[in-house]
Amino acid sequence: MLRFRSVYSAVGLVAALLIGATSCGDDDASTTVPVNSGGPVVTEELAAIEAPATTTAPTGPVTLITHDSFWVSEGTLSAFTEATGIQVVLQTAGDTGQMVSSAILTVGDPLGDVMFGVDNTFLQRALDADLFEAYESSALSGVPDELQLDASHRVTPVDFGDVCVNYWIDWFGDDLAAPTSLDDLTDPAYADLMVVQNPETSSPGLAFLLATIAEYGDGWEDYWAALRDNGVVVTASWEDAYYGEFVSGGGDRPIVVSYASSPTAEVIYADPPIDTPPTGVVTETCFRQIEFAGILAGTDHRAAAELLVDFLLSPTFQEEIPLNMFVFPALATAELPPTFVDFVELADDPHEMDPAAIEAHRNDWSERWTEIVLR
Amino acid sequence: MIPFRKAFAAVAVVVPAAFLGIFFLYPVGSILVRGLGADGLNRLVELPGRSSFRGVAWFTLWQAVASTVLTVAVALPGAHLLARRRFRGRSLLRAAATVPFVLPTVVVGGAFLALFERLGLNDGPLRLTRTAGAILAAHVFFNVAVVLRTVGTFWEGLDPRVVEQARVLGASPAQAFRWVTWPRLWPAVAAASSIVFLFCFTSFGVVLVLGGPTRATLETEVWRHAVFRGDLASATALALVQLAAVVAMVVVTNRLQRRRAVAQRVVRRVPPLRASGRLLAANLALLGVVLGLPIAVLVERSLIRGRSGGGWGVFTLDHYGALADRLSLLPVSALGALRNSLVFAVVAAGLAVVVGGLASVVVVHGRRTVARAFDLGMMLPLGASAVTVGFGMLIALSEPPLDFRSSRWLVPVAHALIGVPFVMRVVVPTLRGIDVRLREAAATLGATPARVRREIDLPIAARALAVGAGFSFAVSLGEFGATSFLPRHPDRLTAPLALFRLLSQPGDALRGQAMALAVVLMLVTALSVLAIEGWGRRGTVRGDL
Repeated sequence: MLRFRSVYSAVGLVAALLIGATSCGDDDASTTVPVNSGGPVVTEELAAIEAPATTTAPTGPVTLITHDSFWVSEGTLSAFTEATGIQVVLQTAGDTGQMVSSAILTVGDPLGDVMFGVDNTFLQRALDADLFEAYESSALSGVPDELQLDASHRVTPVDFGDVCVNYWIDWFGDDLAAPTSLDDLTDPAYADLMVVQNPETSSPGLAFLLATIAEYGDGWEDYWAALRDNGVVVTASWEDAYYGEFVSGGGDRPIVVSYASSPTAEVIYADPPIDTPPTGVVTETCFRQIEFAGILAGTDHRAAAELLVDFLLSPTFQEEIPLNMFVFPALATAELPPTFVDFVELADDPHEMDPAAIEAHRNDWSERWTEIVLR
Repeated sequence: MIPFRKAFAAVAVVVPAAFLGIFFLYPVGSILVRGLGADGLNRLVELPGRSSFRGVAWFTLWQAVASTVLTVAVALPGAHLLARRRFRGRSLLRAAATVPFVLPTVVVGGAFLALFERLGLNDGPLRLTRTAGAILAAHVFFNVAVVLRTVGTFWEGLDPRVVEQARVLGASPAQAFRWVTWPRLWPAVAAASSIVFLFCFTSFGVVLVLGGPTRATLETEVWRHAVFRGDLASATALALVQLAAVVAMVVVTNRLQRRRAVAQRVVRRVPPLRASGRLLAANLALLGVVLGLPIAVLVERSLIRGRSGGGWGVFTLDHYGALADRLSLLPVSALGALRNSLVFAVVAAGLAVVVGGLASVVVVHGRRTVARAFDLGMMLPLGASAVTVGFGMLIALSEPPLDFRSSRWLVPVAHALIGVPFVMRVVVPTLRGIDVRLREAAATLGATPARVRREIDLPIAARALAVGAGFSFAVSLGEFGATSFLPRHPDRLTAPLALFRLLSQPGDALRGQAMALAVVLMLVTALSVLAIEGWGRRGTVRGDL
């Protein structure tokens, strides 16, 4: 039995703390995006996605599940609310891998109605798990065919970007020119200069491995053996590579696997301000990543979810993408901000791979990669 | 009185049991059952035969043991200094030591790499970069506070006159420590070590960032299989192995703690001795190297503009000024994220103190079987992987009446789960140490039961509760893993998540702001811990009975 005398006082203290703690929280659990927070003006293009005049008007709120990297200017989503009367609740669920994994665990009883941010490296896994309900948005007509990877429209492309080898421009010059191809990187002249990410733990790391497999086919294993012999360094994540080993972050390696938009970010977030990026992109090394949205199977707000998918392809949303997420809008007619396009080089012919092939082989490939590069 | 006692007994058992059951055991059980159903059992049987698994398991174990031993060795002299000596800045040192706790590993990893480079440890025979040594160094950095604080608090309560008597009887300082102090100190050392061990055993970020790509622990493997490979079965098998190891470890250390617990007399605190210059200098130098250097690198980085490309850059405070502005990358400003973190931390610390305080009482005064179950169960969240807890909550807490998975309270609850063991590890040894004779003597001298509670139990417990609260608060401020698995509104970004976001794109401004945020996070932690513990200390009695 408890011996109580000794504990009265502890209870008092505990109660005091409890009261103190709970009085600090504020209102209710789920929050909706505020309307009228001074966002972009609703333009006529939104008229297209206004609620159809059917007998059952779409009801919300509609919940948009995204990865942590998702953000658009305040007010963008309230433009949707103004046009449709439907509130949008945003929920982030970790990085892309975490988001897809949690969606697979909760399939049929989804955390939200629409998911944004599954990319082509995770796409097949999501499709195999029947995460999405098919929906063919009328706005797809403005999206290039090569981005529409799922013929049955279970997912809708929203943006795309490239993972490419980047280099520190000042490091190269007359003695040694900047690399221009994947082959260059195994040249002894570029020995001990490069840092890549582990494809088992990093999304750009996996994308770069896929680029080499797309380029060399079965020869990719020899290529990586050559890269290893040329002194490539492997880090767990993009942050560790860019901010730890790459010259830009204070490291001593001038070649890194990063994004096609990284030079733009270098300029936009420069301190003190600079006019031209200090880094360049090797466009021959790029792998294309496409991000999709899909209506989660089991949604209670199917009609509202459809409107939200349409909205994700509207110019209002699409033109928010570049400077908030540093990728390209899927809508071909979306206008790109000058600060974004000035320094970003998009590969004409990036490496690509069928999502089904990626899902079928990725675990084998990354295991082979580990044996070749790390052991 | 009797109804109240009975009611309290019920509350003391039910509240912690319900908390642990609903937010930990049920979710973790659900995800493990799901994984086992998906072929996890077969994977579990296959595991021991795989050499890669044996390598990971062995590395996980030995690095955790080595990290714990090193941490205790580095922290004990400091704990002695804090407990037994008076010097200026004592409470400041106490609070400062808690600071590493809240630093996200991505930032600490960067600071360590830069430090190794500057000290010439990035190459050559003494290379630490991408070695197990780097992992151990970072683990000591993160965990020194646990030993320093929990052991220090307990040590302070030990009656120093016993040691003095031993010395008078001719014992050398070393002998007095070995035969008098150490046996009394042991329960606290065991309690602190078990926490440090669990932290290192389930280490994630440190291993990935500093260990290099070839090193993995069970925790990183669970994550890799569950998230990156989409292989729930293998992840479950690994998580079960991890959990079994944690249970075994907690059972053993709990037994050790119980066996060696010695009652202490606390009431008449002999004023601590003034620290000698040499002792102080030696201790500060040790802590300065272990804790100070990496922190100094962070502070320096937060104050420099434009060092990219190897240039030297100039001194600036602008990164701090920019914390209030919202960058296009973040849903809220860095300061807004910090505010979110503070709210979560207050709630988490409050929950942890309530649940941990009640559970401690049950462990010390409750029925034996219940006490042991609590002592074991409440520790488990420290040793479970963030993936298991995060995914478990997603699938288990989805149906009414437990429909919490989108609730804003889930984040502080997840933090409190990790805070509870801290509260208990400080409070339990202290409650056990309250000498029954002390209370009897007080009663004999005419103190009413109420006065005994007020003058003996409360001051002793309050102090320990405050230290526990400070730790839970710090744990919550710095928590990243479980938080990142829980769905949440982007406006409720926490400071560690914001920091991670800032470092997700290139640009010196982003890096500068991230470092400034890390420094502010450290300052806020130190001040909060000072305030919380100052509050706990106010109750300390100074008078004689």
